[in-house]
Amino acid sequence: MSDEQLQTLKPGQSPHEPEKATLEGKNKFLGFWFFLGGETVLFASLFGTYLALKDKGAETKAQELFGLELVFIMTIILLTSSLTSVYAIYHMKNLDFKKMQLWLGITVLLGASFLGLEIYEFQHYVHEYHHTFTSSAFGSAFYTLVGFHGGHVLFGLLWIVTLMVRNAKRGLNLYNAPKYYVASLYWHFIDVVWVFIFTVVYLMGKVG
Amino acid sequence: MSTATAQKQGFGATLWDYLTTVDHKKIAILYLVSGGIFFLAGGLEALLIRIQLMVPDNNFVSSGMYNQLITMHGTTMIFLAAMPFIFALMNIAVPLQIGARDVAFPFLNSLGFWLFFFGGVLLNLSWFTGAPDAGWTAYAPLSTTSPGHGMDFYVLGLQISGAGTLIGGINFLVTIINMRAPGMTYMRMPLFTWTALVTSVLILFAFPALTVGLFLMMFDRLFGAGFFDPTMGGNHVIWEHLFWIFGHPEVYILVLPIFGLFSDIISTFSKKRLFGYSAMVFATVLIGFLGFMVWAHHMFTTGLGPIANSIFAIATMAIAVPTGIKIFNWLFTMWGGVIRMTAAMLWTVAFIPSFTLGGFTGVMLAAAAADFQYHDTYFVVAHFHYVIVGGVVFGVFAGLHYWWPKMFGKILDEKLGKLAFWPFFIGFHLTFFIQHFLGLMGMPRRYWVFHSGDGLDLGNLISTIGAFFMTLGTLIFLYNVIITSIKGEKASADPWDARTLEWSIPSPPPFYNFKQTPLVRGLDPLWVEKRQGNGKMTPAEPLGDIHMPNNSFIPFMISLGSFVMGYGLIYQVDDSRWLFVAIAGLLITLGSMFVRSVKDDLGYHIHKEDLEEKGAGSE
Amino acid sequence: MKGWVSKSRILFLLSSLMLVLTGCGRSNLTALQPKGEGADVIFDLMMLSVIIMVFVGVVVMAIYFFVLIRFRQKKDQEDFIPKQTEGNQFLEVLWTVIPILLLVILAVPTVQKTFMLADTTPSEENKEDAITIEVTGKQYWWHYNYNGQKIQTSQDLYIPTGERVYLKLNASDVIHSYWVPTISGKMDTNPGENTNEMFLHAYEEGVYYGKCAELCGPSHSLMDFKVIAVSPEEFDQWVSDMQNVDTDATPESDSAQRGKELFTEKSCIGCHAVGAGGGASTGPNLTNFGDRAKLVGYKENTKENLVTWLLDPEKFKPGNKMTGKYGNGDPVNPISEKEASQIADYLLQLQPSEITPEDAKSTDSDSEEEK
Repeated sequence: MSDEQLQTLKPGQSPHEPEKATLEGKNKFLGFWFFLGGETVLFASLFGTYLALKDKGAETKAQELFGLELVFIMTIILLTSSLTSVYAIYHMKNLDFKKMQLWLGITVLLGASFLGLEIYEFQHYVHEYHHTFTSSAFGSAFYTLVGFHGGHVLFGLLWIVTLMVRNAKRGLNLYNAPKYYVASLYWHFIDVVWVFIFTVVYLMGKVG
Repeated sequence: MSTATAQKQGFGATLWDYLTTVDHKKIAILYLVSGGIFFLAGGLEALLIRIQLMVPDNNFVSSGMYNQLITMHGTTMIFLAAMPFIFALMNIAVPLQIGARDVAFPFLNSLGFWLFFFGGVLLNLSWFTGAPDAGWTAYAPLSTTSPGHGMDFYVLGLQISGAGTLIGGINFLVTIINMRAPGMTYMRMPLFTWTALVTSVLILFAFPALTVGLFLMMFDRLFGAGFFDPTMGGNHVIWEHLFWIFGHPEVYILVLPIFGLFSDIISTFSKKRLFGYSAMVFATVLIGFLGFMVWAHHMFTTGLGPIANSIFAIATMAIAVPTGIKIFNWLFTMWGGVIRMTAAMLWTVAFIPSFTLGGFTGVMLAAAAADFQYHDTYFVVAHFHYVIVGGVVFGVFAGLHYWWPKMFGKILDEKLGKLAFWPFFIGFHLTFFIQHFLGLMGMPRRYWVFHSGDGLDLGNLISTIGAFFMTLGTLIFLYNVIITSIKGEKASADPWDARTLEWSIPSPPPFYNFKQTPLVRGLDPLWVEKRQGNGKMTPAEPLGDIHMPNNSFIPFMISLGSFVMGYGLIYQVDDSRWLFVAIAGLLITLGSMFVRSVKDDLGYHIHKEDLEEKGAGSE
Repeated sequence: MKGWVSKSRILFLLSSLMLVLTGCGRSNLTALQPKGEGADVIFDLMMLSVIIMVFVGVVVMAIYFFVLIRFRQKKDQEDFIPKQTEGNQFLEVLWTVIPILLLVILAVPTVQKTFMLADTTPSEENKEDAITIEVTGKQYWWHYNYNGQKIQTSQDLYIPTGERVYLKLNASDVIHSYWVPTISGKMDTNPGENTNEMFLHAYEEGVYYGKCAELCGPSHSLMDFKVIAVSPEEFDQWVSDMQNVDTDATPESDSAQRGKELFTEKSCIGCHAVGAGGGASTGPNLTNFGDRAKLVGYKENTKENLVTWLLDPEKFKPGNKMTGKYGNGDPVNPISEKEASQIADYLLQLQPSEITPEDAKSTDSDSEEEK
């Protein structure tokens, strides 16, 4: 059974859902969904904290601080990266390894540019408004919430790159298909969290 | 077989085996041993507390030391003793009860243990430089302004061990959902497995709140953030919410599996099927659900206002209903049965009135207005010790007597077991019953001294005497463990004439558990076979190769890395060079994870022929 | 209401014989002999819940002991297989419904009383006369600011009997909790914006013991205070005495006079105000220090104790904020023994009011102390 797991799958072969073809895969699939459930509570707690501390103790309030243009671009980039990872998984289900790697590569590029813009954004707040992690409770809560998300993006990037490099030569098999699949789940989750951050932090912050 | 070979191994080989094991039965032993050591440490702390409070205006320990003792006693007992005991019992019993060869993620099982272990060690290392001293609830701003590094050890230690617990929770969820033997439907699962399932859900949704709370506290203490600092616009009530959003479900995380094992034990030793099985399952799920709706009853005096207080008061009272259902179902399981008063049953029977009393005071505490008097007094101390000692600790003793044969292949001495019970039981009531009245007579909790003339002398003296009785009981139990391991009676596969799957295989089970996966034909599957068949489980599959996971040292390394990182983070405040230690720790952790990620780990197979040689493994 | 109270008291005595063994505790500290509105209301609720719980407990225990005695395995039952009952719908509904009904009986008054105790704003007609006091918890003492009367004081809270006195609670460092068990339940004092409110309503005169009920540091258990409930007339007298303190008055004895000078020289005055009008509140206000019921909250207010305290505050309150802040800044013996004695003489003669804790001892509340 286990050696079969390492056999490279080619397009046109079965199974159609390689990520759930083994018990290990099924366990991973379910376990990861539960993990995301826990992550949801984690982010919910961070959102709660942020809302309680919004504007508290800060000289520059959210309304003045945030500009929507850059954040909007970041949102588009991250949403697009979610779409490209969907394409990647679509090709995985068709056992088309090369196309999957290609689309994952695009996902990584988009994710990296999101991260770059986020770092630029933070720099901007620090230099223009002296809005730092230690300047006020608002600052602490803002950088913690958005920073936790950024940390997740970074971890997701490292994870996907590791998978791509590790499996570049040997292709798709029943052993690594679940790994790809849960990594893409993780990426979607990060995306959903960002939608909430965009709404709760930036849009609601701007409206006041 | 595996233990037989293990005995022949040298010490080094055995140690290596335990450091790298992914076998749920060995991990259960690891949890049990480390939990036991922490339990003794926490017990010693409790004893020192009681000696300090033996007489008025005592100066046995200093006030600073006293605050460290109460903080470490609470933290240790909840996170480092009760939790690993629960995990020990779940690890030994759950996979066997559902007819699985191991848990869903053996590697993660090991990782969960080592994270817990290193977190616990980190926390206890604080004793060398000053332990945390802001209470186990660590209310800010006392905790964020507490001088020294004590609270930093608290934050990092709990963060690391909490991550381990979360991993364990996810593991058991998937195990119970995906790994059940054919025929083991949800409504045929033993109650212990059911409660393990609900507890795992609670862990999954409760622990992240603590994770966030601890992160915020770490940022405040170590990196200058202002979450709980009023001068920076922070608000300490956030900590209270986050802590109790975790903290209240935590109570049910501890007690639900205990309810489950009592159900199994009562059913076994009454020779009766559990009365109202589906009601019991329903009550378990309901308690788990309501457990998330009541956290603010710990905060009635924080000033949330009468509306919030009323809502949380009523929600809290509602929990009494499913709990009551359980008590009555246990009583009626025994009704009409044939009760065998073994040591395990003795602890169980003692649990019913003790826990019921804790439930009563729980309802009293739920009355928000009245809580203005009870809150933060010895009444509360009495209440939660009735629930946690009268519930969880009694349960752990019962569970250990019950499953000891399955874990170690020997039966704990019954006479010594009963001898340990009586001083512990009497001491428990002596210690804590009087504390209800001490609280109402005006003694707040966490008091280093009480003054002579405040009318609290006699009650405190009685309480301290009780603590010594409990110590005596614990020591007798320890003696029992030692004497049993030296010359205990070898256990048969089914020493209790029990009803569930774990008793259908040898004690201790072979490392692959079931040679052939059993076919489950009803609730209490072994009992069904005893009554309707030949007393053996029918295999659900022909004898074939068994796939087993490889041992791994990586979990140890990941956890060690977190430990080093934690240490570095704590001390980088004093000297930024410690940051390198923190980074080194992080690299060890990430590096180990990387190795795990890129190295194929497919496990190995035990071949059919080898299994056949070993004779009829699954009796 | 009153009838119910007395009935519940009889039941209470019957139901908890345990208390006979230990008594109800000190009469001005225990919550079991309420002498104020809050404590009274709560006591009723407490008794209601005890009665319900005792009722349930009797039922459970009856079944429990019956089962254990009747169904223990007999000698000849080794191979007996009892009937495997699945359940009983009637019974199961019964023990679901009855607890729900019992809980409703408890929940209704709970909600009622929770709202009643949260009613912390004086009624319209009462607004002018109602006494409102800002209470600030500090490590490890209490500061009071009588807003309407413009009086600041510390540790001993003087209130009139027979009316609700409204408290606004806050803390300046960590969370504390204000608890006077015999008069009322407790409420946390939070640092920052989360101000809490409660009321004290003492039925009879007395010196009531108060405790801090939230862990606040090494001296948490030593943060005692007193609530001194006096008759409304005596209270008015106290107010006027406090409002008219002559802060420049020269002490009678030479030693006290020297003490007054030292009070400034040794920088005591930087933290402590003498004079009820205000001033520094880093440390307790000492205007009526000589009248304090207790020294540092829990010690006999004698000169000997005061000198000990002044020479090394750590002895009485570990972790206090005074150590090292005065005299030569040394933690131990920051001032000489003679200086301490002179300052003590000065402080102990600060007795601006005719109304002292003695006046509140019309009841038996403090008689135990003399034993």
